[in-house]
Amino acid sequence: MSIKIENLSYIYDEGMPFETIAVNNISLSIEQGEFIGLIGHTGSGKSTLIQTINGLLKPSKGKVFINEIDLTSKKVKKSVIRKKVGLVFQYPEYQLFEETIYKDIAFGPKNLNLKVDEIDIRVREAMRLVGLDFELLNNVSPFELSGGQKRRVAIAGVLAMNPEILILDEPTAGLDPKGRDEILSQIKLLNKEKGVTIVLVSHSMEDVAKLVDRLIVLDKGEKILDGDVRTVFKEYELLTSIGLGVPQVTELINKLSLRGFNIDKTVLNLNEAKDVIIQCLGSAKND
Amino acid sequence: MIRTEKLNFEYEDGSFKLDNINIKIKDGEFVVIIGHNGSGKSTLAKLFNGIYLPSSGKIYINKMDTSDEKLIWEIRKSAGMIFQNPDNQIVATIVEDDVAFGPENLAVPREEIRVRVDKSLEIVGMKEYMVKPTTSLSGGQKQRVAIAGILAMHPRCIVLDEPTAMLDPIGRRDVMKTIHKLNKEENITIVHITHFMNEAIDADRIIVMDNGKIIMEGTPKEIFSRVDDVRELGLDVPQVTLLAHMLKNEGIDIEVDIIKIDEMVERLCQLK
Repeated sequence: MSIKIENLSYIYDEGMPFETIAVNNISLSIEQGEFIGLIGHTGSGKSTLIQTINGLLKPSKGKVFINEIDLTSKKVKKSVIRKKVGLVFQYPEYQLFEETIYKDIAFGPKNLNLKVDEIDIRVREAMRLVGLDFELLNNVSPFELSGGQKRRVAIAGVLAMNPEILILDEPTAGLDPKGRDEILSQIKLLNKEKGVTIVLVSHSMEDVAKLVDRLIVLDKGEKILDGDVRTVFKEYELLTSIGLGVPQVTELINKLSLRGFNIDKTVLNLNEAKDVIIQCLGSAKND
Repeated sequence: MIRTEKLNFEYEDGSFKLDNINIKIKDGEFVVIIGHNGSGKSTLAKLFNGIYLPSSGKIYINKMDTSDEKLIWEIRKSAGMIFQNPDNQIVATIVEDDVAFGPENLAVPREEIRVRVDKSLEIVGMKEYMVKPTTSLSGGQKQRVAIAGILAMHPRCIVLDEPTAMLDPIGRRDVMKTIHKLNKEENITIVHITHFMNEAIDADRIIVMDNGKIIMEGTPKEIFSRVDDVRELGLDVPQVTLLAHMLKNEGIDIEVDIIKIDEMVERLCQLK
């Protein structure tokens, strides 16, 4: 399932004194099966952009295509799109409401008028995908769970709709490091195992460096960078100037380079950093 | 400033316990508490300002026993609290009204309130937003207004329970700057609970909790250099500390208690 966005703008309160351009003339395309990181600080237009992708917001200008279907066209049934594009909001655990985990996850599929058997299959599969034990938990109230587990239930509820594109708005905010790593590895698995196209909105540069193939950077409603992770994180000065960071190792390598180390600046993770540093130290000794 | 003696706490349904907590936090200290979700950090924080009372044992805030009902307002005045969600702790529609809410409830005279509100907003760097609607603020700005609201009550200590968890990098940076400023310039004791290890590296002391107990205590260098122990608990260590360990294992002569990027840069430059 692919996404194509053409010259998209979104203006809040258009024509009013407080008119704000949240998204300004953005074009991009995302291929089936890609894992995309979307970064930008608060107010950069990330949330507005993702809401246009599943038809929650109608663009002021421009077009959004999901698999060649034009979302802005009046003929398109929004329900069809929402089935295909799953959106997990920030703090999705606040949206849990049913008395058991099973019922909560089944709520979406039930509204698609699916047969009971099919719903059952989907709930079991969704719970498996997010790492929740079906036998142990399906009859438990979601409100008895820890924060990290509640969030899994909420994500499972979206997965049970069998989306082909999954958009997650900061899925790990407020989780502890272990909960964060677990959720992220499950998202990665979804992408690998099921080929689900993923758009991950995140503030954590370490997380996106670890996970995604391609990064899109927004600033003040405009797309300023779009490319594979290494190329984007090479723009150390630009990223820091717009209030974003780079992973700690990338910052370290950049600082070493400023101090005269002849070092490869596309380093993304610790192992690579270790290798290039050893290389530098080794060659310095040999001089 | 804060002292607990054989503190035990159990929720009524028996779901969670704090087990024999003995803590001494000195006046003016900056203490960070880390631990995974459900380790008891937030429960402990709520005991510090008398939202919960101990099942047994004692907590003294500024030498006042939190289980003494007569002292509860005095205790909350000296130990203010900031929570995770900025939207849950703003009560008024205009910034200055929000900051004035605390001192108003302490029956501080009107002129004095004015002085306190101005000063507090200035300290947190939000003075120019004084008459702005609170709804127009970003998450980080709301947290700083909430901190100003606490400051206006003239606390000796502020307990912050994951104040940056819901903020973006800029909001996080500004809130952390503010907290450090309060500690250094106003000599306010800080107890900061966080999941972000890079917010812990500048603390005087780190307390690590697991399963309702304190299991490690020490300076950031002492704690984070125990990389394996910390990760075993499901917590992070700073990336540079990990890197130092990896380099050490490769035979490079480097200290394993490096916790800041700049330290690492200096050390590597020496080695080169």
